[in-house]
Amino acid sequence: MSWITQTLTSSIGKKLVMALSGLFLCTFLIVHLVGNLQVFNSDNGMAFNTYAVFMTTNPLIKTVSYGLYALILIHAFEGLYLAFQNYKARGAQRYAVEKGSANSSWFSRNMAVLGTVLLVFIVVHMSNFWFDYKFGYTPYTQYETSLTTGETTAKAYEGPEIKGKMEEFMREESNTRVVIVKDLYRSVVEAFKNPILVIFYVLAMFSVSFHLVHGFKSAFQTLGINHTKYNPILNFLGVGVFGILVPIGFVLMPIVFFLKSL
Amino acid sequence: MEGNMNLTLKVWRQKNSKTKGKLETYAVSGISEDMSFLEMFDVLNERLISENKEPVAFDHDCREGICGMCSMYINGEPHGPIKGVTTCQLHMRSFKDGDTIVVEPWRAQAFPIVKDLAVNRSAFDRIMSAGGYVSINTGNARDANSLPISKIAADEAFSAAACIGCGACVAACKNASAMLFVSAKVSQLSLLPQGQPERKMRAERMVAQMDAEGFGACTNTGACSAECPKSISLEHIARLNREYLGAKLTSDAV
Repeated sequence: MSWITQTLTSSIGKKLVMALSGLFLCTFLIVHLVGNLQVFNSDNGMAFNTYAVFMTTNPLIKTVSYGLYALILIHAFEGLYLAFQNYKARGAQRYAVEKGSANSSWFSRNMAVLGTVLLVFIVVHMSNFWFDYKFGYTPYTQYETSLTTGETTAKAYEGPEIKGKMEEFMREESNTRVVIVKDLYRSVVEAFKNPILVIFYVLAMFSVSFHLVHGFKSAFQTLGINHTKYNPILNFLGVGVFGILVPIGFVLMPIVFFLKSL
Repeated sequence: MEGNMNLTLKVWRQKNSKTKGKLETYAVSGISEDMSFLEMFDVLNERLISENKEPVAFDHDCREGICGMCSMYINGEPHGPIKGVTTCQLHMRSFKDGDTIVVEPWRAQAFPIVKDLAVNRSAFDRIMSAGGYVSINTGNARDANSLPISKIAADEAFSAAACIGCGACVAACKNASAMLFVSAKVSQLSLLPQGQPERKMRAERMVAQMDAEGFGACTNTGACSAECPKSISLEHIARLNREYLGAKLTSDAV
């Protein structure tokens, strides 16, 4: 075994893989949230839809997203493997009485359960939006922006088949910019009419919160960073930003769209 | 020492590592609240012996909280409900008359049961012999202060050296991880000049031995530190992570 595989398969090495992949996933959450908050623009989804095209066609973003998929799988399966190994380390005979609440937080003891919920959520979430957008049928919407008045109108596109996700051209005679784009925004509106899906999303965001309240700071501990100067900053980021703000930002989307649909 | 506490004990009884064990219930009476938890077990054992029954096997030695011999997982916590004490320093006044107390051995794949509440902790000894030492010729006594050591480093090393190797960290950890123990042993030497020559080798070998013994991986729950009778801090685990990863990246061992 080379020193590299030997390091990465040691108990601390496995934790290093978990920490680094986990922190990358945290940075992804910020990007994903900031980009997706554009669904709340009152422009019938134009900004969100063109952003979706950029995110799925830009070569740099595409490269990073394949890395992201790989890291999600590595984080999930390494995590499950570790949980299985750690379960075995206790031995065949378990304790009759355990009082975990006396010495550790509930979040920290249930990372594998929370993570499994998140893995299921990612599969459901991607099949809701990503799969249909990429491989299924997503209708197109035509946005016409008058450059004279600045007003935009949106209507369902009915015309010859569009190659690719977006077409953009100028209509010189009326000084109008026309954007015909796959309408992911509509998929979002439709999906969040379903109360069961909305409840599932809310529960999943609780899991994100609980997972990161422990996970963010734990990743730094694994990297060897536990220092009186930085611990308050890490606590603020782990609990305040990743435990509270980010999940609230995400959970607003299903809730607001569901309430709008009533 | 007479008292008036009456308790119900549920104690793990297991003949040896091969047989299956089970919780047995014993009623003990006349317990003084000034007794230590181990003295309460002495009372139970004397009664069992007088009844011609097998006494409960449990580890103990100094009964002063410094040898690291006593164990016992009491009502779901190693060394019982009081923080910063070993079982021998836990007194019956920490319980109430009429309480039911469940007493189990440390449970870890790497700590096989010898008998009843006594487990074999030689896994810790093997981790120590893998690197928890300094190889120096001691020679004559040195002049005082000939080795400059900062107060901060000395205090930090001392807080790690307080580890008595009892294994409560392994017992408390939901992963049966020995990271707090190994981190204390690596820390105490890596912080001092005498520990420098073998610093990288020590971290690499002790972690490798820890993994080979079948202890779990650390998930930073903090249970170990909370239950440690010497309150060893999680900062030592962070240091062990730095020491190990740094050693792996820079040592000459390929």
